[in-house]
Amino acid sequence: MSGYRTPLGRARGLGSAKHGVGHFIGQRVSAVALIFLVLWAVDSALALAHTDYENAVLWLRSPWNAILASLLIATASFHMNIGMRVIIEDYIHKPPTKAALLILNLFVAVLVTAAGVFSILKVALSGGAY
Amino acid sequence: MTDAKGARPGARPLSPHLQVWRWHLTLACSILHRATGVFLYLGAIVGATWAFSLASGPDAYGLFLVIIGSLIGKLFLFGLTFSAFYHLANGIRHLAWDMGEGFEPKVADATAAAALAFGAAATLAVWVIAALTGGL
Repeated sequence: MSGYRTPLGRARGLGSAKHGVGHFIGQRVSAVALIFLVLWAVDSALALAHTDYENAVLWLRSPWNAILASLLIATASFHMNIGMRVIIEDYIHKPPTKAALLILNLFVAVLVTAAGVFSILKVALSGGAY
Repeated sequence: MTDAKGARPGARPLSPHLQVWRWHLTLACSILHRATGVFLYLGAIVGATWAFSLASGPDAYGLFLVIIGSLIGKLFLFGLTFSAFYHLANGIRHLAWDMGEGFEPKVADATAAAALAFGAAATLAVWVIAALTGGL
């Protein structure tokens, strides 16, 4: 059809929408935040490992714990969504399968954020299941 | 160059794949970074499930503790601990590379070994602390 056109000629006008580095930067900025959030999470998991339901509720009712737990789940979901997107784009080349997996990946990340943050707020604001 | 001669775009040389690379430390660390990332993806789902079960009441939380406290649950958490520490340390290597540092083969090998050692040591430390504080 346009086999005589040069690669440069074909590429002109189809180029960057100036969003090309959005995922790259987002992945690295969230990584920096996660260094601190993950270390806090490990420390928290150690504290929670030897407590029961009541103490876990009390722990999550502390504002800082609720804030950092919400930030952790939201930031981790953001980071893992981009990471899994790269894996899918690397290995899955069949367009319908790739699209389905990318959508599933996004849904999982958003659901993890919504379920995690809502649950944290419910415990923090109402004191558990009551 | 035009399309008039040479190979079609579909027949371009492909990038080398796992089968043709010689295994070495930095390669293994790169693959392990991706594998631990996938494991942490599952860990985030389990983390959200923890919060969800806590919000659902004592019975749901009790069930969560039974499952996570089982042998399989503990093995999962052990793998998750290593994944978190290794992915964190190797992620710092990536951040250094993004700033143009650490590409020399000897430095890359040394930081790869350091990331693996940190992952293993920190994982053992956390599980020793968990055992000493009655968290197991």
